[in-house]
Amino acid sequence: MNHKKLSVNHLLGIKYLNISDVNLIFETADFFKELINRPIKKVPTLRDITIANLFFENSTRTKLSFELAQKRLSADIINFSASQSSIKKGETLIDTVKNILAMKVDMIVIRHPNPGTANFLSKNIDSCVINAGDGTHEHPTQALLDAYSLKEKFSNLENRNILIVGDIMHSRVALSNIFLLKMLGANVKLCAPRSLIPHHIESLGVSFESDFKKAIKWCDAVNMLRVQNERMNQNYFPSIHEYKNLYGLNLSLLKSINRNIVILHPGPINRGVEITSDVADSEHSIILDQVQNGVAVRMAIIYLLASKIIVPK
Amino acid sequence: MSKKEILNKNQIDTILNRLACQLLENHAFLKNTILIGLQPRGVFLLDKLTEILLNKHGINDVNYGKLDITFFRDDFRRLDKQLTANFSKMNISVEGKKIILIDDVLYTGRSIRSALTAIDTFGRPIKIELLVLIDRRYSRELPIQPDYVGIQVDTIQNDKVVVEWEGTKKSDSIYLIKDL
Repeated sequence: MNHKKLSVNHLLGIKYLNISDVNLIFETADFFKELINRPIKKVPTLRDITIANLFFENSTRTKLSFELAQKRLSADIINFSASQSSIKKGETLIDTVKNILAMKVDMIVIRHPNPGTANFLSKNIDSCVINAGDGTHEHPTQALLDAYSLKEKFSNLENRNILIVGDIMHSRVALSNIFLLKMLGANVKLCAPRSLIPHHIESLGVSFESDFKKAIKWCDAVNMLRVQNERMNQNYFPSIHEYKNLYGLNLSLLKSINRNIVILHPGPINRGVEITSDVADSEHSIILDQVQNGVAVRMAIIYLLASKIIVPK
Repeated sequence: MSKKEILNKNQIDTILNRLACQLLENHAFLKNTILIGLQPRGVFLLDKLTEILLNKHGINDVNYGKLDITFFRDDFRRLDKQLTANFSKMNISVEGKKIILIDDVLYTGRSIRSALTAIDTFGRPIKIELLVLIDRRYSRELPIQPDYVGIQVDTIQNDKVVVEWEGTKKSDSIYLIKDL
């Protein structure tokens, strides 16, 4: 690894990164992955950095993963969740964040239901911002850990066929994955009911196939997304039962393609809907690898961004 | 700028043989001891020592590891350049073992302080010693001293000590570079 730095001061989305940034994050994550498998998994690097985790939306995996990554790096952390905050009393986002920053916080990790929140914050506050998911826009750390996990399997994603199945319309994971997989040279195909595919998605250089049984024969890896009922304000398909039959991944379908493919899922899983338990827990699944890699990749991102925060003289 | 050779290949060989003998004398043929080279430059010295222990003393089961200290350094965010990490290769438990940290040059002592913290992540050794090829005297910023020394050199802050190893350079050699 050379003396490289990230080209950005915030992680707002994959579309703001270049290939050197991604490679640097992956190289750094390799070191942290070795480190978090030691008997003592903590390094003192970020002992003078304070990070605020601002979660305006529910999260289990991402929040825990960020917290663990920060603790492994010895950062001080404060956690904020919208349900227990003064947001309920009418405080604006910018006021909330400025008050938190007045407590000498160096870095903000934010999840928010509104697309563009992380960008907005980065332009209005003097602190490093990491986007942990902004509405249906981007979820860059998830895409990075997905691609990192795929690279562990394939070593190189150039010309690999990656299929993303499910609720593309409401998925920030899908958008970030498309940007990153295309950057790494993979072929990306989307598969879902047409009603769950955004218009003009082909302009991102991806193809579309509505027949899941046909699409899965094409791929080397499949990323099964959850149907995001909480973001749906109308019915996008007739019934969950029909969705499961047409777009659910089960063992008999997996066996029918006579080939080993890698299965990813960003979680949380709706077992029995987009994926059956026997497939989610099978040897083809790297779902738990994704979770472990998530900590290493987030450590790398936090470390690399923190290295750009100037120490006051 | 002046560049002066302070040790040539023959002199380095003599010193390395002496250091290997000292290790054997103090560590009962290294049965309960692990040699740990600090990444990146201490690893070259580690390789030389294990080669001597094998070829001249017939010890083919030396326990050794390679330790990276990047994420334990105290100058993170205080350098213009990004710190460069290397892989640690520690396939052996340090719990209850004697450790000899190996590095080419001992200067401020800060790398060794970081290594002492880093080694703790692999367990609790019963004893840790330090072996260096070059001890830059009067340059320490921390109360750290070596147990095994190749040679001591007197330097000032702007001086540089450059250790070159055969394989990456023409021959084993050590230079003192003075900024005149």
